[in-house]
Amino acid sequence: MERIYIFTRFERFWHWTQALLVIGMLLTGFEIHGTYHLLGFAKAHQIHGIAAWALIILWVFAIFWHFVTGEWRQYIPTMKNVDVVLRHYAWGIFRGEPHPFKVTRRQKHNPLQAQAYLMVKVLINPLLWISGLLYLYYNELATLGHHFDLASIALAHTIGAFLMLAFFIAHVYLITTGETVGAHLKAMLTGWERSDEKSAR
Amino acid sequence: MSARIFRRNATMWSGGLLLAALLVGGSALAGEAPPVRLDSTADHSKYKELQQEFASGPELTKVCLSCHTEAARQVHRTKHWTWDFLNPENQQRLGKKNVVNNFCISVPSNYAFCTSCHVGYGWKDASFDFSAEENVDCLVCHDTTGSYRKLPGLAGHPPYKDVEIPPGSGKIAKAVDLSRIAQKIGKTSRDTCGACHFFGGGGDGVKHGDMDSSLASPDKEVDVHMDATGLDFTCGTCHKTASHDVPGSRYTPVGKDKGGAHMRGKEDKSNPATCQACHGLSPHKDAGMAAKLNHHTDKIACQTCHIPAIARGGVATKMSWDWSTAGRLTPDGKPMIKKDDKGRVIYDSKKGDFTLGENVVPEYAWFNGKVSYTLLGDKIENTEGVTHINKLGGSAKDGESLIWPMKVFRGAQPFDAVNKTLVTPHTAGNDDTAYWKNFGWEKAIETGMKVAGADFSGKVGFIKTDMSWPITHMVAPKEKALGCNECHTRGGRLDRIEGVYIPGRDGNSLVNLIGWIVAGATLAAVALHGLVRIVRRPR
Repeated sequence: MERIYIFTRFERFWHWTQALLVIGMLLTGFEIHGTYHLLGFAKAHQIHGIAAWALIILWVFAIFWHFVTGEWRQYIPTMKNVDVVLRHYAWGIFRGEPHPFKVTRRQKHNPLQAQAYLMVKVLINPLLWISGLLYLYYNELATLGHHFDLASIALAHTIGAFLMLAFFIAHVYLITTGETVGAHLKAMLTGWERSDEKSAR
Repeated sequence: MSARIFRRNATMWSGGLLLAALLVGGSALAGEAPPVRLDSTADHSKYKELQQEFASGPELTKVCLSCHTEAARQVHRTKHWTWDFLNPENQQRLGKKNVVNNFCISVPSNYAFCTSCHVGYGWKDASFDFSAEENVDCLVCHDTTGSYRKLPGLAGHPPYKDVEIPPGSGKIAKAVDLSRIAQKIGKTSRDTCGACHFFGGGGDGVKHGDMDSSLASPDKEVDVHMDATGLDFTCGTCHKTASHDVPGSRYTPVGKDKGGAHMRGKEDKSNPATCQACHGLSPHKDAGMAAKLNHHTDKIACQTCHIPAIARGGVATKMSWDWSTAGRLTPDGKPMIKKDDKGRVIYDSKKGDFTLGENVVPEYAWFNGKVSYTLLGDKIENTEGVTHINKLGGSAKDGESLIWPMKVFRGAQPFDAVNKTLVTPHTAGNDDTAYWKNFGWEKAIETGMKVAGADFSGKVGFIKTDMSWPITHMVAPKEKALGCNECHTRGGRLDRIEGVYIPGRDGNSLVNLIGWIVAGATLAAVALHGLVRIVRRPR
């Protein structure tokens, strides 16, 4: 066993800022949706709007970073070994078996994980972003002659929010499935993951 | 904010300096030039023609017209004079002498009383001469002394000698001094307009809810524009009048002003009394929320957020009036009055039961400016349900509507139970049929309908009615405007408004259901997974 530096400083900054913003947006978003009363609509709406722009800016940087560093390759989907990972979560994990996937710098995420993140990036995020920007600017678009129905925009945005919430729940749980309960969390905080470099090669 | 205070102080200071300079200058030039009046080019106290006693209003009006040659005939063209208006949109014959409402009900057969709010002298019955120029009452709108008043029963005349009104009450109304009032004649004011418009429906604040005597000298909280120590708007500041024809009509109001702010030099025949006529279509300027608030202006009338409640000046407005309980007398046959714990009349034998309200939250409805009335001859379809005295047009879809605040005035009033029409009872008068003296509906209605030239079967019933009054006065300071939370919630102010998606109020229940099932199932799955991990953890 040795330690491997898999999450660079930018990645960790990106991840945790994004985590904070997403949690904030879920909390305020469902308040705007009328699910509960916590801050009041006005405050929730204000925070949601600020967080949206912060997240967009963060994402512009993250996308740039992904392409410059070539890290986007981490998310190329593959079905290879998905069955092995699935078997582990459904069976092996309860028997104390080690995770079949070994983290390397080239492949930070197991194939199931990579697919899940890809879905967030190409499905949930764009759905939230596009519907969210339409939500913000449908009046301006209407004056330009493009009429969108606010109810439909809100519907798409709500669907995106529920998907994000489901992802968030699963994600928070799955980080406890590392070698120890706190191993993945620690890696995301420090950048260092324990790994067996030899077997990974 | 502090900059604004400074600027205002600076203005005051410079004004003070100017005044001081004028005083110094004035005393230096003492005896040479008297101070000049700047509010008008004419000081009416200097006119010899006005320095005489006038026996009657018309006598004075003739003198006014000797200089203001066109004034009377300008007034003759207006609704203030004719009380008659043909709605060009639906050809309904409206105006005060034609409509029936659910307050004092109607004018015909009660002229001598109702016309105390007519801008003329002598309209006591149908024989009134509408073409007589001397019948125009200049003083009622142009008095600046506050001492001019017209009394019910005098057919639009002021008291020319001290009179006891009502007769036998012991209350003496002093004769008005026409000569003094004429010499101090001036522009219209909140007081002159308010002398009638604050007291519509038979008393202070009764009718409108957004207009009552508190607007004579309101503070900023009650009305940010009319604020007596601030902007100090008169009615005419917004209801910008030319040729004596006051714009801003309740019969053909503007539901959605798309024209924007009026500009000098640009011909604009649109109503100058709308909010947009000054503030334009993007009125919010503060950074931050301004864009989002401006987005609201295509759906929400300015008044909806900026008039958070009506009757805010300490004067209660009537909210309902049940004529069907009128006529209860004391055991010895006398009419009675009941008051609530605040001393406000809630029952009057002459009129029935009332409810009143202060700081009333309005109701809200789409409104496109189109109003249709239930008029005297109109058949009442459903005598069990509520008859709309006026029906306001509007919907989310027509592109002409905004969501407006309304005072909805509800009541019960007499109708012809056989012909199924509204009726015009003869209420006021010292005669054998007036309801307020004799307490008999049949006779009162028979007289009233005869004067109105309408059929009456002789059988009286009562129907429920309502009447909507779009709210536009008593604009609060912006700090007191409604916040988002008032409407963006379930059970909020716009809870019953249809045709718009309101975030916080609306949602797709199927999507919500599936969404919570998905999120809940995810949570359940990971919880179960975690539980099994804990239980099965190898020791």
